[in-house]
Amino acid sequence: MELATQIGGSVLDGLAYLGALANLGVRAAYFTFVGPFRGRPFRFQRAISQAMQVGVRALPILSLITFFIGLILALQSAYELRKFGAINYVASAVAISMTRELGPLITAIVVIGRSGSAFAAEIGTMKVTEEIDALETMAIDPIHFLVTPKFVAMMIMLPCLTIWANSMGILGGALFGVAQAGFTVHRYVIASLDSLFLRDIASGLIKSVMFGITITAVGCHEGLSTGAGAEQVGRSTTRAVVVSIFLVILVDLVFTALFFFLSER
Amino acid sequence: MDQNENTVWQSEAMISLRNLRVSYGEREILHGISFDVKRGETLVILGGSGSGKSTLLRTLVGLENPTSGEIWLKGKNIAAISAAEMDEIRKKVGMSFQGGALFGSMSVGENVALPLREHTKLEDSTIEIILRLKLDQVGLAGFENYMPSQLSGGMKKRAAVARAMAMDPEILFFDEPSAGLDPIIAAGVDQLILDLKKAFHMTIVVVTHELASAFLIADRMVLIDKGNVIAIGTTAELRSSTHPRVRQFLDRIAEPEVSQELDYLQMLTEENPRRGF
Repeated sequence: MELATQIGGSVLDGLAYLGALANLGVRAAYFTFVGPFRGRPFRFQRAISQAMQVGVRALPILSLITFFIGLILALQSAYELRKFGAINYVASAVAISMTRELGPLITAIVVIGRSGSAFAAEIGTMKVTEEIDALETMAIDPIHFLVTPKFVAMMIMLPCLTIWANSMGILGGALFGVAQAGFTVHRYVIASLDSLFLRDIASGLIKSVMFGITITAVGCHEGLSTGAGAEQVGRSTTRAVVVSIFLVILVDLVFTALFFFLSER
Repeated sequence: MDQNENTVWQSEAMISLRNLRVSYGEREILHGISFDVKRGETLVILGGSGSGKSTLLRTLVGLENPTSGEIWLKGKNIAAISAAEMDEIRKKVGMSFQGGALFGSMSVGENVALPLREHTKLEDSTIEIILRLKLDQVGLAGFENYMPSQLSGGMKKRAAVARAMAMDPEILFFDEPSAGLDPIIAAGVDQLILDLKKAFHMTIVVVTHELASAFLIADRMVLIDKGNVIAIGTTAELRSSTHPRVRQFLDRIAEPEVSQELDYLQMLTEENPRRGF
């Protein structure tokens, strides 16, 4: 009985949390799509500076990580494939696992570490120093001012970063292909592209948009629910990262299952 | 609503509180506060730590919702209006926060210009002029390109006042204007409040526990203790009060420090704390 109450309580807490995230997302969507027609102009400048921060500045580290991931994938799949004398399939193995799964996922995890945590820390600090209160007393909606530009920046930049990550992963695979499997760079790239269907790439990009929404919602929600005191900012930041990683994997599972059953026919 | 408006507005009151109660969770912080702030006066809300004076200020600017009671501000009961109406009132009310609450990612100029850019359709050149004027009024002319982190504590507070005044408010609220400042800088901030009152005839509400500052700037004072108003009147009236708690506060008589958790909670809430937890 006790256990049932506890499980019930946790489920309710979880649902309430998801509800709060959805509320944040819906309000941001309102300010993006409806607000501009009701005299609340969209903040392009803030969205662009966020996009620079979230997207462009992430490129060096993301490139490096996904290049290595591509190389690792090639090594791991070659280990099995060469037993069957099918080492030529390394190109398609890397290309498909990058675009369908690892490209979007690794990008999301890098962005959680860089930007999800930064959102929580930035908004959490503003909460602690009464800056959020100051916005409200100036009749400026913090969701409109702070959260909406982040949502827009994330939803645009995450798919872009994912495409970049996919390419870098394939390039990483190419390094192995050329060095060990007798490919030329040109042949490796052609083999990769030949193995890909549009739906592989599209499903990865759809996932990455959902990841972007999840990361922003969690980061901003954790920031806004920061309590009093500096140590609370640290707590919010940690929670933002942990919860984001968990929810991104959950969203990944849901959408991967969805795509699997949709393509079954 | 109309009949209420008449009774409240006869008194030339800018702000009227009627039996205001505020709770955090099950703990009631303010137990029925009533007083008026007259147009053009400087009212100081005095009180010790944990007296509920900060909660009172947060409620007055709409950051906390009262559990019951009325807050009449510019003819509207802000305890019972829509968010859109509240936003309209907020544009005519300025608030200077304890730590300044300047946006760290923006320069001083951008901070002060923010309400103007958000709520008006003024040209950039006009905003620039207003910005210079506001900074000049608080003695920060020429500092528009500084970042808040480059300013001293007193300057931050002045910049925050400039931002609070950007929209030419009719009411200005101050939360602990001299907290964390040395006596000389604090005196400067007091002088600024006096200057603003003289120059613009603004209605000013200050929350503080600094007695010297309070007696210098106040026209009238309200003393809050454990969530109740225990004294209200002019500075002279308060000085001659014989109420024991008022005397204790004004004469700075120490109270034996509480060391028991329950005593502490009881001191804060005046209730049996076991009930609320």
